[in-house]
Amino acid sequence: MTQTDKKPVLECKGLHRYLGDPEQRVHVLKGVDLQLFRGNTYAIVGPSGCGKSTLLYTLGLLDRQNEGTILVDGIDVSKSNEDQRTRIRNEKIGFVFQFHFLLPEFTTTENIMIPMWKRGNRKTLTMERRAHMLLQSVGLGDKTERLANRLSGGEQQRVAVARALANDPPIVLADEPTGNLDVKNSNIVFELLYQLSKRNNQAVLIVTHNPDIARRCDYILKMRDGVFTASESAG
Amino acid sequence: MSPNFRIAVRFLLSKKRSMLMSLAGIVLGVGLFIVAQANTTGFEKLFIKTVLGANGAVRVQDKFQETLTSIQIEQEDTGRQFEFGRASGRKYRPGVEHADKVIESLYQFSNVLAASKVLRGAIDVSNNFKAEPAQLFGIEKDMHMLVSDLEEQIVFGSMLDFQRNPRGALVGLALAERMMIEPGDSILFTVGDESHRVLVSGIYETGYRDIDRERIFIDINQARRILKRPHQTSYIQVSLFDVEKADDDRYLMESVVQHIVAPWQEREKVWLQVFQAVRISAMISLSSIIFISGLGMFSTLAIIIMEKTREIAILRSIGYTRRDVTHIFIWQGFIVTVVGILTGWLTGATLTLVASRLPIRIRGIFSTDSFVVDWSIWHYVIAGMIAFIFVMTASIIPSRRAAKLEPGDVIRGTSG
Ligand SMILES: Nc1ncnc2c1ncn2[C@@H]1O[C@H](COP(=O)(O)OP(=O)(O)OP(=O)(O)O)[C@@H](O)[C@H]1O
Ligand SMILES: [Mg+2]
Repeated sequence: MTQTDKKPVLECKGLHRYLGDPEQRVHVLKGVDLQLFRGNTYAIVGPSGCGKSTLLYTLGLLDRQNEGTILVDGIDVSKSNEDQRTRIRNEKIGFVFQFHFLLPEFTTTENIMIPMWKRGNRKTLTMERRAHMLLQSVGLGDKTERLANRLSGGEQQRVAVARALANDPPIVLADEPTGNLDVKNSNIVFELLYQLSKRNNQAVLIVTHNPDIARRCDYILKMRDGVFTASESAG
Repeated sequence: MSPNFRIAVRFLLSKKRSMLMSLAGIVLGVGLFIVAQANTTGFEKLFIKTVLGANGAVRVQDKFQETLTSIQIEQEDTGRQFEFGRASGRKYRPGVEHADKVIESLYQFSNVLAASKVLRGAIDVSNNFKAEPAQLFGIEKDMHMLVSDLEEQIVFGSMLDFQRNPRGALVGLALAERMMIEPGDSILFTVGDESHRVLVSGIYETGYRDIDRERIFIDINQARRILKRPHQTSYIQVSLFDVEKADDDRYLMESVVQHIVAPWQEREKVWLQVFQAVRISAMISLSSIIFISGLGMFSTLAIIIMEKTREIAILRSIGYTRRDVTHIFIWQGFIVTVVGILTGWLTGATLTLVASRLPIRIRGIFSTDSFVVDWSIWHYVIAGMIAFIFVMTASIIPSRRAAKLEPGDVIRGTSG
């Protein structure tokens, strides 16, 4: 399967991003081009400070580029307004961060339902069943009613992965999802992202410092000083 | 249930203690506000009832005549003279003239319930024990019951006896106590060098000390004889269907009857203003409790928002809009406000009920043996509105600030 015979689900062209005060702003992204296709797992690697997180936030519409275009499912979202971008995040993009960001007042099931509540395209019972199914698939089928802050770090990150998949988004963006985890849990979380992407036909983009994990992705994108220097098939 | 509401409830419950503090403030403020209003208006209404029951809604007294002065003006060019008439003042004559005619015109007013003649004069009253100065009030025995609450104010003796006995008299409680007068006693009225013996039919108490200490009621014809003022009327006491309109009716009445018309609002202005001042000062001081709870709510929400920046950031990144975030925090303010107001109402009603059973003996400007309360939905509405405005305003400000949070900035700050 080659990348060119299908439409990319996420695409950016000539992405530039400056950060910091206007007087001493930093040119972080220096014209990034990227195409992500469904069913593939991508790793972004590169030295600290090269702009990996910035790229991920920009692609995830959490931050706005200064120049360039971003297309989600073929639709140009570069000039979309705040509400449209928020809706795209809800429906098309799942996030996993280094920190789990679970809401501690809610159970694991509810945490996964929070994006579903917002989308509101399912009945409550269906949402709940889907949340249980997702918890099952991340190996937490027996902890559906547990409060989020009563879980171990690895378990919390697995719930975060399940939450990212709540609305079955075509795109999953993960910024060092295993950064806070030990080797065993890192492997579990990565395996989940990898397997689920195959099963759900999702494009998964993982920023990681872990070469072992990067190697197990379908593609490795090497970044240096705000641009991709190389893209290679891994494995 | 909207997701924003659900999230709001959970956030709220996670900060139980400081939320309960704000809640307690609202409950206390609203509750005390209501009791204070119930009591001040209760006492005010009792005072008004006492005043109306003793002196009527309107009193028609003192005949007046507009006096005219005329000015002669000579027009310069024609040399003709003009005469301008101009009301320059009023001449008063004490008492009511042609009382029956005045009463007849008063009944033309649809608001007038009844009107009754009164003759008033100073006498000395004495018995074996003591002599005291007093005011004799000659009343039309039947009609007077329609312009006063005298019938209900009898505490000893009998109204029936007073009605039947042409020489029967009603004596105020304070005067009766001082002179050790009891129903059935005979007392002596002295005017000038003449004395008249009358029988005490009953003792009344209005609670208004100035009245109970000096007024003695007898039949108006007896009074005219004793005071040697045949056919005279000092004033006409009028009761109204709608006492609140007394002040409005007065000017038309004056121009029709050509007598001074004194509505109760004017006669009791000083006391009414005292009541108003007390009510308003209670309102202000208790609103400030509610205001402080508003500040409490403000800081509680501000703290929650500060502690929940991560949660806000993730909510934003998984699809909750800025408006949703604002709503989540406004809901929290709303829930606390509504629960606070409802509990405050309940507290207010309970305290009002308890207050109304507290024994307290008051005489002076009215008579009561317990706290007087007035049940009015308006006290609840006003307290609720004040709480709603204060606390919701205090909630909206931090809630809008929460929406300004940039999720990217927060998330970036948490990674290594
Ligand atoms: N608010 C900011 N103002 C100015 N410069 C910033 C700001 N935030 C980040 N930068 C700079 O932008 C560059 C890219 O940051 P970014 O977080 O994308 O790096 P990264 O590749 O994710 O690094 P790491 O692997 O350490 O997470 C860095 O040089 C950083 O110093
Ligand atoms: Mg980073």
